[in-house]
Amino acid sequence: MIKVEDVYFAYPNGVEALKGVSLEIQDSEFVAIMGQNGAGKTTLVKHISGLLRPSRGRVSVDDTETTKMSVATLARKVGFVFQNPDHQLFSETVEEEISFGLRNFGFEEKTIKERVDWALNLLDLTEYRGVSPFMLSGGERKRVALASVLAWDPKVVILDEPTIGQDSQQKERLRQFITQLNRQEKTVIIVTHDIEFVAECRPRVVLMAHGKILAEGEAAKILTDPELVSQASVVLPEIAQIFLKLADLGFPKEVIDVYEAGRLLLERFGEST
Amino acid sequence: MSVFDGFKFRSVSSPVHRMDPRAKFFYVCVLFAVAVMFNQLVPLLVLFIIQIPFVLVARVQKEWLRSMKGSALFAILIFAMNLLSLYFYGGYASLASILERSLTMTARFVVLIESFSIFFLTTSPDLLGLALEQSHVPYELCFAFTTAVRFVPVLAEEAQTIMDAQKARGLELEGGNFARRIRNYIPILIPLIVNAIRRSLELAETMESRAWGANKKRTNLYVLRAGQKDLLLILLSISLLAGSIYISAFVKVPSLTEILLV
Amino acid sequence: MAIIEAKGLTYTYPVGARPAFEDVTIEIEKGEFVLLTGPSGCGKTTLCRCFNGLIPHFYGGKLEGGITVAGLNVADNPIYELAQHVGMVFQNPENQLFALSVEKDIAFGLENLGVPREEIREKVDWALKTTGIDDLRDRPPYELSGGQQQRVAIASVLAMQPEIIVFDEPTSFLDPLGAKQIFAVIHNLNRNLGITVILVEHRLDLTAKYANRVVIMEKGRVVLDDEPQKALSSEEARLIGVGIPKATRLYKYLKANGISLSKIPLGSEEAHQAIREVLAA
Repeated sequence: MIKVEDVYFAYPNGVEALKGVSLEIQDSEFVAIMGQNGAGKTTLVKHISGLLRPSRGRVSVDDTETTKMSVATLARKVGFVFQNPDHQLFSETVEEEISFGLRNFGFEEKTIKERVDWALNLLDLTEYRGVSPFMLSGGERKRVALASVLAWDPKVVILDEPTIGQDSQQKERLRQFITQLNRQEKTVIIVTHDIEFVAECRPRVVLMAHGKILAEGEAAKILTDPELVSQASVVLPEIAQIFLKLADLGFPKEVIDVYEAGRLLLERFGEST
Repeated sequence: MSVFDGFKFRSVSSPVHRMDPRAKFFYVCVLFAVAVMFNQLVPLLVLFIIQIPFVLVARVQKEWLRSMKGSALFAILIFAMNLLSLYFYGGYASLASILERSLTMTARFVVLIESFSIFFLTTSPDLLGLALEQSHVPYELCFAFTTAVRFVPVLAEEAQTIMDAQKARGLELEGGNFARRIRNYIPILIPLIVNAIRRSLELAETMESRAWGANKKRTNLYVLRAGQKDLLLILLSISLLAGSIYISAFVKVPSLTEILLV
Repeated sequence: MAIIEAKGLTYTYPVGARPAFEDVTIEIEKGEFVLLTGPSGCGKTTLCRCFNGLIPHFYGGKLEGGITVAGLNVADNPIYELAQHVGMVFQNPENQLFALSVEKDIAFGLENLGVPREEIREKVDWALKTTGIDDLRDRPPYELSGGQQQRVAIASVLAMQPEIIVFDEPTSFLDPLGAKQIFAVIHNLNRNLGITVILVEHRLDLTAKYANRVVIMEKGRVVLDDEPQKALSSEEARLIGVGIPKATRLYKYLKANGISLSKIPLGSEEAHQAIREVLAA
């Protein structure tokens, strides 16, 4: 369980990135931290993985405060996949890249080999085992970075803007992958401003603006509230926009899924004939 | 990195900031020449003091003090080395003259740091690049200079991000013996270098797409024109240089010890 | 004559085993707004680099077939010549700005062309105003947000007053609001200045409504080239897996269940109006 208690944080240059944030994330939850660029989303998750220490307040993972552990120790539990895989990749082969974290955490050679095989398989990278990561395409490099983090089987996985530059098929694969991770009882936290992606995944949404949490709850509730959405400087999902405009005709407002929208409309059309 | 703060450009609106970099650079060169010309302490102290008004007018006292503080370590090193070598190998008469000689060497160093610090604190890289261009330095070099300066903060931030990313994979950057520490920096250096190369490729694409190389004669949005103050500074520098040459050749400059004993 | 004409265009990178795209034949008229999309690796990014000569002059490799842009044969003309007719805005805003102030960045292209100073000043001011960033004139790029940086990049290209501007996934790094702003600027350039726009994008929900034509590529070939409503509601588009706007998907769902909307919507405005019509009837 992750507990963020009244956290304040200011960067060395004086910018106050977090102004009193409190949040609880249970095991196996799927949470999306949303807001516009600069709202404090990445700053918040960096606290959870121990890369940043709060100026005020506490962050604890499984009842231990993050300030009482080194980043490396905490990383064993909280895997962080950075937005740009090129900030992590450096090895001669994909295989070595994936073993990097495992070696750092002191796994035995035999276990390392097993886990590398497992990670390669999980992310469809087996054919690239001996290839240099720099020779791979952007999407493939993202998978290598993800594999290298999942390899050591962290309990919590944080994905920072995983959908940037991805086409819709890649996003669909990502969505399915996250579902799989949840089923394996991993806690998944994504930082994103991709409204449509969140509308399809329907995680618990934590909406941030100006260093504070504006609201949190079900995706369908949060993302269809025009007030909140405007305060956070994000946009309504397309389907929600349509239903907002149809609100005067008595349609429900908290609709973000195409199929649900279609069914509701068909019902209404059926009624009027 | 506080010592570098003393050389980073600070954007303030002051007459010194607005002066033509070429005039300022000429002044710094003259100071350099004069500092090397004299082996006595007194003239060097004078040089040190005459620059202080510039610091105050430019309102960069805080940063300038930082560069002084930062160079203090080196200054002490120079002082100590000179002191020791003169004591053992010098053959000078008195302790006082040994001290004075060491102080002189130190003062020379400090004067140089002082003038360079003032120069960089008050000259925007923009204007500096322009000055280089107008001084007929090949445009490619000027461009490389300003682009490098523009990307310094970006690369610094990227280095930090890379360190965070690797720490989050269990990399320990502190502790361990020297060799181990060097090896631990490989996962930082490689992404940094690879990304820098990728970045320059994208920059090159952009440059080409904006007609780089279209015309041998590039024009410029801005032009540096030397104003009254700049000419005044150049005149001052020339007189300083002339005066110093005269003094060092014909006037016997007393040592500090002699002045104090009188 | 079309402003861009490509016939049987095939290109292979120097280290490529297979062509990045094959047999592309396409004609783009002056003033069009073409949306170029397709799954990652389909060749769209490579294709748009042919429009200003980066391919073949910067990248080398083998370019077969022919392509003329604004009357110039791409293979026979240097990039700096083509760049005066075709501007290009890239994905990463940070790597398109290299001067220490916004003004100097915008002036860069004009300076390269040897344009006289007064003219540079005029065009820079005009570009700043047209992209709505006049207040950012003296700022260094490091202080700007991604959206602001990208607008500076657009202004820098605009200042050279090209007839065509190609945008290669310009909003990849921006949040939805920043992206909307950029698309509004691009729409303005096309609608009010008559600039031919080629926009490579995945975010079709935000952009389809501005385009008059959608070109979909897959595995190096152009597989669909039609007006947005037809292209995006087609079965082919669904199978290829491009990001069909939700409004269009809703239309298809209703159609499959017997309800026909009067027109194929690309965005929420069109969709809700079409739905109202059906309910009123």
